[in-house]
Amino acid sequence: MNRMPRLLALLAAVLVLGGVAVGATLHAADRAAEKDHARPGDPRVRPGSVVLGAPGRSVFRNMAWGPHRDEISAVPANDPAGPRTSSGIRCLRFHTAGGTGICLQAVHGRLRDSYRAVVLDARLRELRHYDLAGVPTRARVSPSGRSVAWTVFVSGDSYAGTSFSTRTSVLDTRAWSLDRNLEDYRFLLDDRPHRAADLNVWGVTFADDTHFYATAATGGRTYLVRGDRTERTLRTLHTNVECPSLSPDGTRIAYKKRVEGASPDAPWRLYVLDLRTLRESATTERRNVDDQAVWRDGHTLVYSLPGDYGSDLWTVPADGSGAPSLLMTAALAPAFTG
Amino acid sequence: MYLADSRTTPDPSDTAGRRPLPGRRAALVPGTVLALGSVSLITDVSSEMVTAVLPLYLVTGLGLSPLGFGLLDGVYNGVSALVRLVGGRLSDHGGGSHKSVAAVGYGLSALCKPLLLLVHSVPWIGAVLAADRTGKGLRTAPRDAMISLACEPATRGRAFGVHRAMDTAGALLGPLAAFVVLRAAADGYDAVFTVSGCVAALGVLVLLLFVPGRQAGTLPARGPDRAPLRAALLLPAVRRLTGCATLLGLTTVSDSFLYLTLQRRLDLPETWFPLLPVGTATAFLLLAVPLGAVADRTGRRRLFLCGHLALLAAYGLLIAPLGISPVLPLVVLTLHGSFYAATDGVLAAVTADAVPEAIRGTGLAVVQTGQTAARFVCSIAFGTAWTVWGDRPALGTAAAGLAVSAAVCALLLRPSPAHTPPEPAR
Repeated sequence: MNRMPRLLALLAAVLVLGGVAVGATLHAADRAAEKDHARPGDPRVRPGSVVLGAPGRSVFRNMAWGPHRDEISAVPANDPAGPRTSSGIRCLRFHTAGGTGICLQAVHGRLRDSYRAVVLDARLRELRHYDLAGVPTRARVSPSGRSVAWTVFVSGDSYAGTSFSTRTSVLDTRAWSLDRNLEDYRFLLDDRPHRAADLNVWGVTFADDTHFYATAATGGRTYLVRGDRTERTLRTLHTNVECPSLSPDGTRIAYKKRVEGASPDAPWRLYVLDLRTLRESATTERRNVDDQAVWRDGHTLVYSLPGDYGSDLWTVPADGSGAPSLLMTAALAPAFTG
Repeated sequence: MYLADSRTTPDPSDTAGRRPLPGRRAALVPGTVLALGSVSLITDVSSEMVTAVLPLYLVTGLGLSPLGFGLLDGVYNGVSALVRLVGGRLSDHGGGSHKSVAAVGYGLSALCKPLLLLVHSVPWIGAVLAADRTGKGLRTAPRDAMISLACEPATRGRAFGVHRAMDTAGALLGPLAAFVVLRAAADGYDAVFTVSGCVAALGVLVLLLFVPGRQAGTLPARGPDRAPLRAALLLPAVRRLTGCATLLGLTTVSDSFLYLTLQRRLDLPETWFPLLPVGTATAFLLLAVPLGAVADRTGRRRLFLCGHLALLAAYGLLIAPLGISPVLPLVVLTLHGSFYAATDGVLAAVTADAVPEAIRGTGLAVVQTGQTAARFVCSIAFGTAWTVWGDRPALGTAAAGLAVSAAVCALLLRPSPAHTPPEPAR
């Protein structure tokens, strides 16, 4: 066959395919640039100073379009739809308690993006940072502000191709001692030591500075575990519990439960577990919840659902009464202090 | 290496698929091999672009939890092995429709990229990835058959080396390409998938335009009378090779477990983890051609076994109570990469030596399926051993098994005087 027609065909294809590729990239770039501009009707955001632990304020990641997208922002707790004060600190995940903040953020490098965990003081100044091994997903601070935990997704860590695993670390911000991987703790399944290569731990919620609850998964099941930093142990308490969140009085766990009969794509519902009786009760939120809920007070849960800006915050009573209601649009990862 | 080769080849596409002319040196890499290498390079850029952004896309783009993803992997692997046999078998049909079957395989994977734009839930994304993998399974054996048929038997090791080096180069470039797109367009995962789809389409086009189809004169007009699968399995050499590939595969610990052990043993910083596969791939890329040439000169079966000794050495370094040295990961990853460089393409070359042209695709598929299936079994067994005994005893057992397997294979793969493999005269 003659070589010329084939080369011409290749050239034509390179031009067409290259055009499509460049076009798609430019289109996506335009769309990304659009998010840098606020639209009429968006929540109002203005730059200012944000102080952690200030009474009557809620702090969260602002998702509204504009120059302050992804920044840690604050609103008065009694006026969640009011104007937002934005700190200039960008985080993918955030939590605060006791005057300590934890911010999991992206660092844009020259050859690839990486992630790090930044520990912040009450005025959002960096105390220390730690490099992360993967994409951030959960972050929590203990009630006193001394201990901090985070979870990232790590890919390519398992033997079976496309599977992903989690890596959860716990940090003491007084001694600055870091337990990089909770999978290294002794895992007690029904009080018997159990070693598993497929163990995954995620979603820490603190009881105090050394005790916490979290989700552990092995053999295709998930467990609520109670963790102890001093003993370096994880003990299973209950099954089918993911992303636990401990109530302020320490008696109940709000969590996402994988329910039967739900679509495999949206399998989780928001439940509350009584730690004394191990009795589970459903909340009135019937939609799929894929978030680690937070307790606004002793009886109200706040959680994220997908929305126009990526995420909106909703509330529902923890005791199974009432109905879900929208708390604020364009927000993620809230914390309620003071 | 590719550039050097193509520069010394005056007109790659003109020699495509033909035996080199008497005046040409046999050491040249034929145009067909370069074309197939380009197809693999382009296709790997495309697929690694997707692989690199997938976790990020699922977590931040779709807000999904990717943990459920691994569950169906066993099924996919089984299907993939079966598809590989089907691909090999079909490609031998009627005396060589390797190109058609490979085109279907590459085409199927290319179609999966735009499909990723349309599906937004874990089960559907899983299904698209499975289809992608089916395409990969289909095309592997016919592609290797075409490489083996396009070059002189004496230079097969080198030809496969060139192909594997180009393939690996694509795998290394893919994540960088994805990063460039995401840098230009924040959260532009749809752009990554579109670009990946365009790149994949280009790969298919290069295959269709520059890889010659059925060649008159080089293949019998029709296949053997017996079913190719049975015909291949009746060949003692194929049975021995399949046995060895399976036996060695059963003791080849998967990459991820090796990296995990390396990280734990040396207490490497977490941020190094994504770089470990890059280390292996770089060594593979650099060594594939030289080791392929060495295989042609000193014997492919011997080099295939030596490659496993390199893996054994890597296991040894991980088990031995050595201190923590920054040189150690470098040495382990180099050994790991040279293991691939000395075995991956070389096994295909060895198989090609043993299988007649009419059932080449089937023979390659049989040997590779044995190896892949054995490696998957090894992963599961190793995971269990790790659970029960811990990482060091598990790796020790794998090392002992590998040593025994290599010894057995050294006996099995001795060149028999009755059937001397077409090794070069040099």
